[in-house]
Amino acid sequence: MRVQITIKDHIREGQLFTNRAVAFVILCTALVLVIISRLAYLQIISHEHFTTLSQNNRLNVLPIEPIRGLIYDRNGVVLAQNVPIYNLKITPEQVSDLPTTLNKLAELVEITPQDLERFQKLRKQNRSFKALPLRYRLTDQEVAKFAVNRHRFPGVDIEAELSRHYPLGDLVAHSVGYVGRIDESELQRVDQANYDGTSHIGKTGVERYYEDILHGQVGHQEVEINAAGRILRVVNKNAPIPGQNLHLSIDARLQKIAQDAFADNNGALVAINANNGAVLTLTSLPTFDANLFVNGIDAKTYRELRDSEDHPLINRALYGQYPPGSTIKPFLGLAGLEHSVNKGGHVFCPGYFSLEGDSHRYRDWKKEGHGIVDLDKAIVESCDVYFYDLAVSLGVDRIATFLKQFGFGARTGIDIYGESTGLIPSREWKEKERKAPWYLGETVNIGIGQGYTLVTPLQLTLAVATLANRGLRINPRLVSGIQDPLSREMQLIAPTLAGNVDVVNPDNWQQIVRAMTRVVHFYKGTAKGISANLQYQIAGKTGTAQVFGLKQDEEYKEKDVQKKLRDHALFIAFAPADHPQIAVAAIVENGGHGGSVAAPIIRKIMDAYLLKEGNLASEETVN
Amino acid sequence: MEFRSYASPGNSQANTSLLYRWHIDLPLLAGITTLACASLLILYSSGGQDLNLIYRQILRFLMAFVIMFVMAQIAPHHIQRWSPWLYGIGLALLLVVLLAGEIGKGAQRWLDLGLFRFQPSEMMKVAVPMMIAWYFTEQVLPPRTSRIAVATLMIVAPVFLIFKQPDLGTAILVGSAGVFVLLFAGLYWRWVILVGISISGMAPILWNYLHDYQKQRVLTFLNPENDPLGAGYHIIQSKIAIGSGGIYGKGWLNGTQSQLDFLPERSTDFIFAAFAEEFGFIGVVLLMSLYLFIVLRGLYIAAMAQDTFSRLLAGSLTMTFFIYVFVNIGMVTGLLPVVGLPLPLISFGGTSVVTLLAGFGLLMGIHTHRKLLPA
Repeated sequence: MRVQITIKDHIREGQLFTNRAVAFVILCTALVLVIISRLAYLQIISHEHFTTLSQNNRLNVLPIEPIRGLIYDRNGVVLAQNVPIYNLKITPEQVSDLPTTLNKLAELVEITPQDLERFQKLRKQNRSFKALPLRYRLTDQEVAKFAVNRHRFPGVDIEAELSRHYPLGDLVAHSVGYVGRIDESELQRVDQANYDGTSHIGKTGVERYYEDILHGQVGHQEVEINAAGRILRVVNKNAPIPGQNLHLSIDARLQKIAQDAFADNNGALVAINANNGAVLTLTSLPTFDANLFVNGIDAKTYRELRDSEDHPLINRALYGQYPPGSTIKPFLGLAGLEHSVNKGGHVFCPGYFSLEGDSHRYRDWKKEGHGIVDLDKAIVESCDVYFYDLAVSLGVDRIATFLKQFGFGARTGIDIYGESTGLIPSREWKEKERKAPWYLGETVNIGIGQGYTLVTPLQLTLAVATLANRGLRINPRLVSGIQDPLSREMQLIAPTLAGNVDVVNPDNWQQIVRAMTRVVHFYKGTAKGISANLQYQIAGKTGTAQVFGLKQDEEYKEKDVQKKLRDHALFIAFAPADHPQIAVAAIVENGGHGGSVAAPIIRKIMDAYLLKEGNLASEETVN
Repeated sequence: MEFRSYASPGNSQANTSLLYRWHIDLPLLAGITTLACASLLILYSSGGQDLNLIYRQILRFLMAFVIMFVMAQIAPHHIQRWSPWLYGIGLALLLVVLLAGEIGKGAQRWLDLGLFRFQPSEMMKVAVPMMIAWYFTEQVLPPRTSRIAVATLMIVAPVFLIFKQPDLGTAILVGSAGVFVLLFAGLYWRWVILVGISISGMAPILWNYLHDYQKQRVLTFLNPENDPLGAGYHIIQSKIAIGSGGIYGKGWLNGTQSQLDFLPERSTDFIFAAFAEEFGFIGVVLLMSLYLFIVLRGLYIAAMAQDTFSRLLAGSLTMTFFIYVFVNIGMVTGLLPVVGLPLPLISFGGTSVVTLLAGFGLLMGIHTHRKLLPA
């Protein structure tokens, strides 16, 4: 037995135990109070803070992209519309094993390496809770396949989206333009809040110029989401305001006729309503399919378009700068009349022109010469020598000042971006830009629209319209009306005046117009080829612009010269000559002679516009 | 002097005679039943109104109540006799589980007995305090140092085995069940303080023995915002759920944190947060009061017990129950690191309900098998 045997003292033990029990009662109560104060801190003091966090968890404000306005031609033909497409989107944050998911998805829908590449690029640029597109434009079959298997792919969703579509493809690509995915720099330019839900933005043409009107106002919806990010219900909705519809003055039918008339040639044609500046046709060839750009053009196709020698992406009508050639002659002729230079006088044309004290011969296109030439004959037969002489008499600065009144040398202010200014040379210009004095020989060249002079097809059209309007210069406009898509109310855009060419004697207009009419209708006119069976009178002027400088003794032989170096064929015209409705300028690159190549194209346009549409009756005019 | 306190149960004997004869303690039964009802209520909400889940929980409760009833019928002196055997078998089974786990490569906590799975660690929650109480029964209290050392070994052995499973939560509970016997037996407070200090001194060494996920839990507890989508997610979402509940709560079935899946483990370990979100501060104060009521009743039963074994066992079981509650709510409210422990009698599932009610059965048995003098 143990040495120390103690008798249990039950009373003492009971007291000890009771003491301990009391201590634990106190301890438990104290700890419960600690918990309750912690709960009071969380639920009462910090309640608002946690309510906010809880709401942020639960509610998500999602932007709703407004529906982009539609674009119509003058007859209501749809030029740009929105069609539903189905895109496959992935929210990386919600996918536990992305590579496996991608592999499994590839069994259901076709995923190209380019799709993957773009997706991985987007992943680097975006935060992981944002849904990123993996595939655009799923086929109906792919949509159905995925829908059945959707439960296997948390974080992957099909999103129906409206995508821009251009039903006419390449026909109006240069005027309507196209939309594309918004890039960084564009995001800086726009109101970011308004573009929250928008993926596309107008990149060129009307789509870009009228971006603000077409886009509309973003809407918002407050949605309840669960922890997986799935939208459970919409709590609150603030509908977007759709973009406004645009009605263009472009006539798709005329546009088609123009494009067909060019056949395989490159070039540009601009036709406007001579009375109000409404652009009827804006053709630049070759063109491209605007739909290629909407959802990201692939690199190879883009390279081909960009690097093509024919430059299909360049809008020649606005951006292309060409020597006007002989089409400048009516304007110079008018300048001569205005400044009473060589008034009513005659010039002898021996087939060449020489400056006094200089043996250099400036050749006329007609080797044997035109003989005795007055202004009328000089325009009708396009005598170069007459205008060499006139240019020298006027001097470069008077020519520049006069031509600028017609809008040459400056942007026309048409409602699309990307215009060139063209160039009307002057002494001042040459000294400033070229740091060289002006030579008289250069004045001779500008007499026939060569040398430094450069114009855009659009400038030519407006200038000839100004001639048609006897000096009233109107602003060109592609958009004629803006329509509210909900109320269908149309706000018409009133034509505006750009300026007025003042003449001393109004009869001078008549002289020039008469000469231009004879270009087409006189048997010696350079464009007489298009006069057959004409039911109205056309006033026009042909032009042939040199691309390739000839040496003094060389002779230009069309068939010997490479197509690329052949002359550009130009024609400017308005009709009917006595009460003008339509003004057109066309340039056929490397086409040869204006009268035989460019003029027939314009005849087709005018026939289509004046006869088939009955536009011989007068329209709204500028006052 | 000693028998004075026996008068009070005798007074109520007339009223509770039937329950008393069946060895049922009415206050405990009422508290536990209320908790069970609260459990079904919040489970219906947090489980996405899945009735199947509720039926399973009801079935589990019914089974546990039967076990409680059976345990209550056994007189404490029988329990006392079985204690060493129960402890020995439990320890052996823990070894088996650990070896099976070694072979099976990975965490192993249960034995598959065909009909049901049996967790020896659950059994130890009861067996360890029984063993220590048995060991101290014939001793003069407060116990001598050598006795304390032996008792400590008896506690550490199963705790270590459970910790190796690894199951930190249960290890803490089993350990505290044993330690509470020591404390009730009259372990000097200066010892308690000394052990507390030495454990905190050894913390850096213990740190190295923790599993990576356990270390992660502690780090996350210290700074949950460090990793808001990873390990810190649980605790952040839990605090949001509790805090956004406010004073009155969002209402039953209206807790957005739990209904919309933001709150993880919302039917099991984090059910308290779901409860707090829907029933608010008022609801949780009532819940805490209910728990405190049960604990106080348990301590009262311990104080009223007639022999040392009964006292020590009743006190330890009650305090273990309290620790259970405190650790769970402490972790859910961000006061303590995340330890995988359910909220007793509220959380869905687990053998814990059975063990807990078995413990309460023991308490009832201790209280109702006293030899009372007629009034």
